[in-house]
Amino acid sequence: MAKDSGIGAASKRREDVRFLSGSGKYTDDINLAGQAYACFLRSSVAHGRINAIDTAAATAMPGVVAILTAKDFEGAGGLPCGWCVTGKDGPMKEPKHPILAEGKVRHVGDPIAMVIADTKEQAQAAADAISVDIEELPAVIDMKAAIAGGPLVHEDIGTNLCYDWNFGSDKAETDAAFETAHHVTRLELTNNRLVPNAMEPRVAIGAYDRSTGEHTLYTTSQNPHVIRLLMGAFVLQIPEHKLRVVAPDVGGGFGSKIFHYAEEAACTLAAKLVNRPVKWTAERSESFVTDAHGRDHVSTIELALDAEGHFLALRTDTLANMGAYLSTFAPSVPTYLHGTLMAGNYATPLINVNVRAVFTNTVPVDAYRGAGRPEATFQLERVIDMAAREMGIDPVEIRRRNFIKPDQFPYQTPVALAYDTGNYHATMDKLVEIADIAGFAARKAESAARGKLRGLGIACYIEACGIAPSAVAGALGARAGLYESATVRVNATGSVTVLTGSHSHGQGHETTFPQVVAEMLGIDEGQVEVVHGDTGRIPFGMGTYGSRSIAVGGAALVRATEKIINKARKIAAHLMEAAEGDVEFANGTFSVKGTDKSVGWGDVCLTAYVPHNFPHETLEPGLEETAFYDPANFTFPAGAYAAEVEVDPDTGQVTLCSFAAADDFGNIINPMIVDGQVHGGIGQGVGQALLEHAVYDANGQLLSGSYMDYAMPRADDVPFYAVDHSCQTPCTHNPLGVKGCGEAGAIGTPPTIVNAVIDALADRGVKHIDMPLTPARVWAAMQG
Amino acid sequence: MPSVSMTVNGRQVSGEVEGRTLLVEFLRGPLGLTGTHVGCDTSQCGACVVHVNGQDVKSCTMLALEADGAEVRTIEGMANPDGSLGVVQQAFQDNHGLQCGYCTPGMVMTAAALLEKNPDPSEAEIRAYLEGNLCRCTGYHNIVKSIQAAAAALR
Repeated sequence: MAKDSGIGAASKRREDVRFLSGSGKYTDDINLAGQAYACFLRSSVAHGRINAIDTAAATAMPGVVAILTAKDFEGAGGLPCGWCVTGKDGPMKEPKHPILAEGKVRHVGDPIAMVIADTKEQAQAAADAISVDIEELPAVIDMKAAIAGGPLVHEDIGTNLCYDWNFGSDKAETDAAFETAHHVTRLELTNNRLVPNAMEPRVAIGAYDRSTGEHTLYTTSQNPHVIRLLMGAFVLQIPEHKLRVVAPDVGGGFGSKIFHYAEEAACTLAAKLVNRPVKWTAERSESFVTDAHGRDHVSTIELALDAEGHFLALRTDTLANMGAYLSTFAPSVPTYLHGTLMAGNYATPLINVNVRAVFTNTVPVDAYRGAGRPEATFQLERVIDMAAREMGIDPVEIRRRNFIKPDQFPYQTPVALAYDTGNYHATMDKLVEIADIAGFAARKAESAARGKLRGLGIACYIEACGIAPSAVAGALGARAGLYESATVRVNATGSVTVLTGSHSHGQGHETTFPQVVAEMLGIDEGQVEVVHGDTGRIPFGMGTYGSRSIAVGGAALVRATEKIINKARKIAAHLMEAAEGDVEFANGTFSVKGTDKSVGWGDVCLTAYVPHNFPHETLEPGLEETAFYDPANFTFPAGAYAAEVEVDPDTGQVTLCSFAAADDFGNIINPMIVDGQVHGGIGQGVGQALLEHAVYDANGQLLSGSYMDYAMPRADDVPFYAVDHSCQTPCTHNPLGVKGCGEAGAIGTPPTIVNAVIDALADRGVKHIDMPLTPARVWAAMQG
Repeated sequence: MPSVSMTVNGRQVSGEVEGRTLLVEFLRGPLGLTGTHVGCDTSQCGACVVHVNGQDVKSCTMLALEADGAEVRTIEGMANPDGSLGVVQQAFQDNHGLQCGYCTPGMVMTAAALLEKNPDPSEAEIRAYLEGNLCRCTGYHNIVKSIQAAAAALR
């Protein structure tokens, strides 16, 4: 029977009440007394030299408080990059990323000046009145051109190549396997550039208290402590105890709100300069040219197989777009979140990955839902599908034939990762069932009778979540630790306040974290409250990304709660005059083994705070514990997906008819929320496969810079999805046995859909189409 | 500046606005009704949907002055008189029809307007009616389920 509370229960989300009644508190809902409004004048050209900025006329306009340019930020550092990749030729090239453009603009949207005025409209009007003399320079947009002698984005580093990184098996050994292979499949493909498009645009409000010297930044962030660290230590030189960062309700992130952005530093510093709070709210069109974009890889992948379709070796060569500057975690995405995932679910003995990261005159590119793992999965699952077709092997069968077998775990891949657990045959079996693959032929015939071409696509994925073991990340170039913290504060009457360094921006931590604590303490979920998103209230935290909240933040929560139980047990033993070792704890009651003595949770908590009868000689009063959890390994959720599509042969229009997902997330805390995470990931994967594309013209203008041009998935672009997570191989190294579920859908979906469309068109000789599979592209492919 | 008066969630309100002030700016600013959100600048996302004289309207696409004398209903006016969630709101909670909550007010207002016009919509009719509302979190699955559940509860 399904549980109605605690771990495994589909508890309804308590945060929904405020979101549904309009009483959520997002950053733009905050207004501080006396606040001024900021507007950024941004470059309208992709590449240019700033000869002069004339702010005289704008400064004299009504309501203008100040106009700041790069010289006003001379004492500040550049926006730091949090990960240094070392390539074949040494550490990556790391150009300065100033808060406001210094001498040059390098992408459309690069901020040139910051106008602060009494109202938003006055700030906007004054920004329009600033005269900037920009000498336009040739822009470089195409990655191949950028590394083939194209214009330099940063003259001072003398190259557009950020790094050239080779990873995995010995290159010569891998190449040798290709020489003798029975069959080699080769595919060139593009992973289309995307704009994350969280529905809440970014906002920053800076405030400064002269009496205490304390700065406060309210910002739309997935990780306020990380912003405090990066901005305080590297950009503005404000010590942590004088800088508070608050990320209240945040309207979606998907990676784009991990990073430290220029507007955060600008508003924080400006608030001190003008002695007023300063608020900036992005327009959506501004988001398109300032939020870090995602994906944008161009790859060649080759798979060597023996006569039975066993994978012998894999090699890839990828160009990864960094954009004009290095965003916070950008260098890690094509390397340690992509190269390490190239083994997928398969026991391929030799894998060599090469990645060249490239600067171009485009918006910086960084982690977007999945971050590197979708790019790896897309290549791998496309080339496997193509190989299966070329060799006449069923796409399900070729995958089964090459899966890592259940008895091979723990499994060391040739690309550094050691998978702790999994059962890929089981998820594939489940998929075959829930997708009714046996019934496909009949459905294809029915579609054909209506003149439609039906295709079935299969893909598997694995992801590395629970980012990340700090020592491993550090050895790979991370400039931060990636643990998580939790404080469990038991109040005198037994209710619990949880302070977590994880941040909820849609994931439902306010519901799921109490489920874990309530289960452990045997109390009602309603007795547990979660506080997050404020460096002034939470000890520390690394935030939410990489599907890490429950695997790392949840594990920290378990550790802190264990400490609470240990201390409470000592208090209970004292109250019952028993030896601590004889005290058992279950369902919120401490009891002495083999006796009828017991004491309730509430009495123990009260005793901790009213310590009249208390073991003072060995124990301090109070009941509050903090734990930091640094994972021993990544977690490895995996699954198998299937899609059926219909293609209209006259127009090239693709209709997604059905989608099925069989996932292994290990143990599940709240199945309702897990379903929702998968649905959302699938939705974004459908967007990437069929609709979305950030398109630049040759001059560096973003052609799809609004919702009029950038095709977001809408309700009538998708069907209901069949999702299943009953296959569970619990993670072996975290206390909850959880793996994380936030990115799976976005990783597994694009190759599934593309494989389905290619299947539909296979009879017409179509072998590959790059995403998004728009009607125009599909129709053109059908014409040969 | 011209003055404007309207009834918002049953309460008579008035204020002075610029000619260019949008209805959503009037609601979020002087009235402090921040439940209505702004997610784009091209009238595409639907986070700002409210009801004006019973019609669902994108409040970023209407001047405050155009709503002079109108009956306006926002997400803050959707609860039952005792403050508990109304039927459509409750269906969204019961069916996990929201995650980050940002598009949610617009979704609820759009859903309520649909069910006023069509008490028994098909799945296709629901999806078509949501054409003007973007959600980035849910893949729409549970939003459609929520609206189906709300329709059943209201019938």
